[in-house]
Amino acid sequence: MNELVSAVPYLGKRNPMAARWLIIIIALVAPIIAWQFGKSWVRILDFALLYMMLALGLNLVVGFAGLLDLGYIAFYAVGAYTFAFLASPHFDIHMPFWLVLPLGAAFAALAGIMLGFPVLRLRGDYLAIVTLGFGEIIRIFMLNLNYPINITNGPQGINMIDPINLFGWDLSRNLQVTETFSINSLFLYYYFFLLCVAGSILFIQRLQISRVGRAWAAMRDDELAAKAIGINTRNMKLLAFSLGATFGGVAGALFGAFQGFVSPESFSLMESIAVLTMVVFGGMGNIAGAIVGAFVLALLPEILRDVAVPLQQTLFGTVILDPEVLRMLLLSLAMILMMLLRPSGMIPARARYAHRENMKQEGAQ
Amino acid sequence: MITLLEARNIGKRFGGLQALTDVSLTIRKGEVYGLIGPNGAGKTTFFNVLTGAYTPDGGEFVFNGSELPAGKPHKIVGRGIARTFQNIRLFRDLTALENVMAGHHIRTKAGVWGILTQNRFTREEERLTTQRAYELLDYVGIGRFADVVSKNLSYGDQRRLEIARALATEPQLLALDEPAAGMNATETGQLKLLIEQIRHDGITVMLIEHDVKLVMGLCDRVAVLDFGKKIAEDVPAVVQKNEAVIAAYLGGGKHAH
Repeated sequence: MNELVSAVPYLGKRNPMAARWLIIIIALVAPIIAWQFGKSWVRILDFALLYMMLALGLNLVVGFAGLLDLGYIAFYAVGAYTFAFLASPHFDIHMPFWLVLPLGAAFAALAGIMLGFPVLRLRGDYLAIVTLGFGEIIRIFMLNLNYPINITNGPQGINMIDPINLFGWDLSRNLQVTETFSINSLFLYYYFFLLCVAGSILFIQRLQISRVGRAWAAMRDDELAAKAIGINTRNMKLLAFSLGATFGGVAGALFGAFQGFVSPESFSLMESIAVLTMVVFGGMGNIAGAIVGAFVLALLPEILRDVAVPLQQTLFGTVILDPEVLRMLLLSLAMILMMLLRPSGMIPARARYAHRENMKQEGAQ
Repeated sequence: MITLLEARNIGKRFGGLQALTDVSLTIRKGEVYGLIGPNGAGKTTFFNVLTGAYTPDGGEFVFNGSELPAGKPHKIVGRGIARTFQNIRLFRDLTALENVMAGHHIRTKAGVWGILTQNRFTREEERLTTQRAYELLDYVGIGRFADVVSKNLSYGDQRRLEIARALATEPQLLALDEPAAGMNATETGQLKLLIEQIRHDGITVMLIEHDVKLVMGLCDRVAVLDFGKKIAEDVPAVVQKNEAVIAAYLGGGKHAH
């Protein structure tokens, strides 16, 4: 949270308390504002929160530990499919949400370790290629495991997944407050996801300022030196892969339950790259960067879709560029400009690995 | 005198190059031990084998009476051997303080669960790590730069920071690879004082160094490597007069004829 607070322009440094409240208020009222533009916008915000979780998890692997992972979406897939297997009519198993969510996270973490072991000695480009392959392997498994025994239902995917159910409270139903006033299910999901993102931020912030966070940063900056001061780089890499994967798994499980449907095409290479772009765009290695990157890049294409078509119609009388094409075009342009103008991301803040409070206390002695 | 480290017939070969041949030496507790020799003599290779960066082809190290695990850096650091590098290798993007705190990793135990819940043990450990890091920065004389990102420190201060980081692992033997390289006379003088202080505080020091004045003024005993072989080992004054050593450094002598 501290990093997020100091990233607020103007206020962040001068009045952190006000900045903190500003963030909280924006986070709380965002869906209400979005609702004014239409129901679909709240849904987009819900997805943006899931992307934030993904970006936070990937940032842990790429930004903190310096392990370039191009197949991160595989863990998202593992989480989503775990949820789909254990809470849908597909196998006719309907386990409670609070049991399936940790299982999804655990299986994703296991997948993270499975990926971690063979790539321990790889770095940079080589690591990227192997992780990319791993992501594709998982996707192709999901695509083809419908024969001879139907496990994943192949390209059709799995349908009618149970919604998130918090101790009997079904988030997929509108909450009837009074007879005339009800809260839409999309809001319920929003606030639940917001809680999950807040929890993730807290968790990652604590990891960052700890012996583990410092060991990751050390390994990222100079692996040989990290070994020479006694860091067990093998264990620390596996830890980074599995913890990063855990976030992907949780986000995946939430995604499956929220959407009610999973299929292999949601977990393509493009999605991995999209999440990585969010991390890089926001500013690698710091929490605020991942949050902002995910938020901007999840929303941008949707805004574009909404604006581009009517704009072209009024200007030229017809749609010249399809929004989908325009999206890739603008995204690439944004990335190029980014590399030229702000090569370390929108929020290039250096992450802290020691407590600021400690510093003042001890420094005064 | 108690023996701290004993190297027995250490050999290391890189392809066709025999970098170390049957090097044996003994370092006593509390001394400053110099390892010198011309460029390419195998000094740094010896350090790398000792600290586990390389696995030796033959021989073994006995440290504090038991054998060191070959090629396992983190275990060797755990046993009490720390090193610095010839070309400075700091964690560039971390502050001076964070570099030293990272050095304390091996002496701390907090796991993911403890970090998540921030239980009392983890908080206390973190506090001690921070406090110790400040003390060490003061010890090497760069306390005022605690919050400076290490890549922005001056060259001399980076060398000091590397020593502080190595000391954070709480070593019994500190191996310094050319700590005075690139330093001017004043800086070298200060470094000498620091190393003497470290020895005074009970840490044995092993030193690779080209600065002859520093080696002669600082070391209790010196070993000379040439083409991967130990050609001499004695107190500095005797080594200085050794014919084989003079020949190795100046060329000529017996080898040339």
